[in-house]
Amino acid sequence: MTQAAAPAAGRSLPAGPAPAAGRPRRRRGRAAPYLFVLPAVLLFAVFKLYPIGWSFLLSLHRTVGGTETFVGADNYVRLADDPLFWTALRNTGVILVVQVPLMLALATALAVALDSTLLRGRPVFRLGFFLPMVTGLVAYGIVFSVLLNKDYGLVNWLLGLLGADPVPWLTDPLWARISLGLALTWHYTGYNAVILLARLQTVPRELYDAAAVDGAGALGAFRHVTLPGLRPALLLTTVLSTIGTLQLFDEPFVLTGGGPDNATLTIGVYLYQNAFKYFDFGYASAVAYALTVLVGLLGLIQFRLLGEKT
Amino acid sequence: MTTRHPGRSIMLTSGLALALAAVAVPFYWLAVGATHSSRELFDSPPPLLPGGHLAENLATLQETADFGRVVLNSLGIALVYTLLAGTVCTLAGYGFATYRFRGREALFGLLMLGLVVPAQITLVPLFKMMAELQWLDTYQAVIAPNLALPFGIFLMRQSMAALPAELLDSGRMDGCGEFRLLWRVALPPMRPALAALALFLFLYQWNDFIWPLIVLRDDSTFTIPVALASLQGLDETDYGAILAGTAVAAVPMAVVFLALQRHFVSGLLAGAVKE
Repeated sequence: MTQAAAPAAGRSLPAGPAPAAGRPRRRRGRAAPYLFVLPAVLLFAVFKLYPIGWSFLLSLHRTVGGTETFVGADNYVRLADDPLFWTALRNTGVILVVQVPLMLALATALAVALDSTLLRGRPVFRLGFFLPMVTGLVAYGIVFSVLLNKDYGLVNWLLGLLGADPVPWLTDPLWARISLGLALTWHYTGYNAVILLARLQTVPRELYDAAAVDGAGALGAFRHVTLPGLRPALLLTTVLSTIGTLQLFDEPFVLTGGGPDNATLTIGVYLYQNAFKYFDFGYASAVAYALTVLVGLLGLIQFRLLGEKT
Repeated sequence: MTTRHPGRSIMLTSGLALALAAVAVPFYWLAVGATHSSRELFDSPPPLLPGGHLAENLATLQETADFGRVVLNSLGIALVYTLLAGTVCTLAGYGFATYRFRGREALFGLLMLGLVVPAQITLVPLFKMMAELQWLDTYQAVIAPNLALPFGIFLMRQSMAALPAELLDSGRMDGCGEFRLLWRVALPPMRPALAALALFLFLYQWNDFIWPLIVLRDDSTFTIPVALASLQGLDETDYGAILAGTAVAAVPMAVVFLALQRHFVSGLLAGAVKE
């Protein structure tokens, strides 16, 4: 065995002293890495960096009838006084504070269940819970809007069998928010659970055994072994969900159109309305910049809060 | 463990099965809705089993939205996008993962900025750019702006970092040029990562909504999500037809995903777990 393997290993090694990984390569290879990354960098500069800068310039202009006049910080002043912007901000904040923690708690429970040695048929479950993620936002938005129809929807019919009155899922401000939260939870819980599960599987089993020896019950093991082990993955899923929520557009656009009475108007929908319904590009750009600052701030805060100790 | 707690094992498994059934309701109901006429859908009680109206619904869809054309648009755009973006992301991932060069960290950091900055910030300027290029209502307007997808580059760099340096060096010893080295030596063992990348890119483009909605205004250029959303906005919405179209959009994705799921999940997680 050993003898047979030795020459094979020898052949794949260079004859001279092996160049350490990372040492400058020979001259003909010097330009190569730049050529490899060039297309990506160029495309990124043209279609991302340049528009990001342009967007800031636009946010300092007012667009009226296709002509742009420089107005300085006017758009940002208007933003601060715009009740609809604050409504959108509040709606997005409610989703962030209510739906995201609930979904992540659910995802954590699901990950722990999927990780349990007591569970039979784990691959089937892992796959099944991930499947909603593959469905397009528009597609599931349409399915939900029909399922939740007040007069004809399946959900209200089932509730009717139990004797409940029809629920105005999409036509009442509060219920519309709940419906949006349900749709989001349906779509993303499995995805977050799979990320958490992957992390959970790297937690050494011995830690659980040690906790059991120390007399910790199931809850104690969860608090002292599972949660600390999950911390980096929880940080990742929290940051991803936060960014996703702040940018939320497709679901409210398809499910409720931002209504009723602007109850599900998100910053993303408001931005879209200003830009492509009222063609007020300057104001829409100011909304976009406000959104970006918000994403950056919240991301930083979450890193500080959850990232410490890791 | 399992044998010692058969009761708890059954409880946990059946509990999760119940949860999975709840998650599956929209999928099942999509199959029911796509096979019923709009009128049957709004009967009381609503239909609970698949019906026989799928062909009619698809015919309605073809008539009202030229849906065959729409599906071809979606397929063509997603395939071309996957091929081009896959090439861009693979080249960049390889460059960042296997070479050390001046400015590497700065350039990579710059590209990763795209993961954090909200996509909405570029919508308006990009729209104006497309208008100036006279690219509105064209496929390239949908495809070009997202070719250098930060997540794709990240994914490929993570995967390519696992390539042993000796493998590449021995290839160089054999007189392989840098591009042939990538093609002949580096790519073959990367097949699972490439499958994950391709699936991710295809899904991303197939389901993308807001950007195509903005740059595609002529219904002959619509992609599936844009066409479905425009049908839903009509006064007289034929939900049977819309749900049939939704199924057309969702079923192929689910099938492809099931076929390649192992690569997909592990590929997506490559970046998520190692930090």
